[in-house]
Amino acid sequence: MAIFGGRRSGHDPALPPGQHLTESFPVLSAGPTPAIDTDDWAFFISTESGKTHSWSWDEFRSLPAEDITVDIHCVTSWSKLGTSWRGVSLDTLFADVDTSRDYVMAHSYGGYTTNLPLEEILEGRAWVAFDFDGEPLDPEHGGPARLLVPHLYFWKSAKWVRGLVMHDQNDPGFWEQYGYDLHGDPWLEERYA
Amino acid sequence: MNRSSGGWLTGTLVNAVPLTDSARSLTFRVPGWPGNDAGQHVDIRLTAPDGYQAVRSYSIATAGEGEAIELAVERLPDGEVSPFLVDELEIGDAVELRGPLGRWFVWRPEQTGPVQLVAGGSGVVPLVAMARVHTRAEALSAMQLLYSLRGPDDALYREELSAEDSKTTWHYTRIAPPGWPRMPGRLTAQDLVREALPYEDGVLTYICGPTGFVEAVAAAMIEIGHAADSIRTERFGGI
Repeated sequence: MAIFGGRRSGHDPALPPGQHLTESFPVLSAGPTPAIDTDDWAFFISTESGKTHSWSWDEFRSLPAEDITVDIHCVTSWSKLGTSWRGVSLDTLFADVDTSRDYVMAHSYGGYTTNLPLEEILEGRAWVAFDFDGEPLDPEHGGPARLLVPHLYFWKSAKWVRGLVMHDQNDPGFWEQYGYDLHGDPWLEERYA
Repeated sequence: MNRSSGGWLTGTLVNAVPLTDSARSLTFRVPGWPGNDAGQHVDIRLTAPDGYQAVRSYSIATAGEGEAIELAVERLPDGEVSPFLVDELEIGDAVELRGPLGRWFVWRPEQTGPVQLVAGGSGVVPLVAMARVHTRAEALSAMQLLYSLRGPDDALYREELSAEDSKTTWHYTRIAPPGWPRMPGRLTAQDLVREALPYEDGVLTYICGPTGFVEAVAAAMIEIGHAADSIRTERFGGI
């Protein structure tokens, strides 16, 4: 019988169960990487009143931004610790948004969607990020801007995000319809439905 | 549609065949396995004697009902799990498996449109599963594979993919066999115009391989007129 030794390089208290460390930055996407010019880029939040709040790239970039250092965890079991981002907090983007709905569907250029509870993306827990490691975010990693929701598995951090639509129930997004958990907490190993 | 079994199942290695110097086919019998679609993957969990565990995902080369699944694993030079699976795991050894996983990068026999498969290196594995199901179902729809690899010695499933009824086009990036008509080099938009199904309504393209390969091929497919939503991708590795 062959005995597995393993490396234990990934034995770190910051690592959720079933995860291993990676130094590279793997790319997982369901389709081609869309090419999005910041001249054509816009971000919106729409609510049940029919009101849509929207920002052009320049308007978005003139909002206060934060440096963020967080660990990220992919459902396919890699984690990357201490990643550096710059982005706009969703608290800032939601400052003037009036909604009584509890769920958000994030929509991306290219058609991707993912669902999130509103309360989990406020109070300093989520951003629309535009820099990674001090450089503009590469298209392969979601540039010009992606959601950053580091406390959930990384499929929730929608690449190429273009807007958020308020929902009154927790409807499944793209991967959630194709077998991924509706919520996706890495510490509870909420991976697959 | 096969639902994931949810928890971990125990699988026993029942067959192992070297595919190349660096890759091996592994067939596990997995009691309780619910069957899987072509293109799905599985998580494998290994446990060391002191309880340390490591989990990795692998594409499944087979599809359908039944409790046996075949994987093709390539040894990563710096890997933690793949060298063990390729070089050490013995017939009769047990591992834990979770799956099947992924319901997007799949092909089912009831799909009627033409399909182009494009593989880079060991990204051929889920596409082999699709080709096998297509052949077994005697599907009337077109399905062809364009397989990009470094050289002839790197081919997984060469014999099977070279069979007369197999519609495989080989593309070499570093070393081509003697007399091969094209110089070795990266797959370009011109190659795709020549070798891939042209875009039409209903055609689907599945691309699987290392990230850089998939990015380049998907962009080239769009450049030559394919719609972005007609292209499904599966990538591995970082950039």
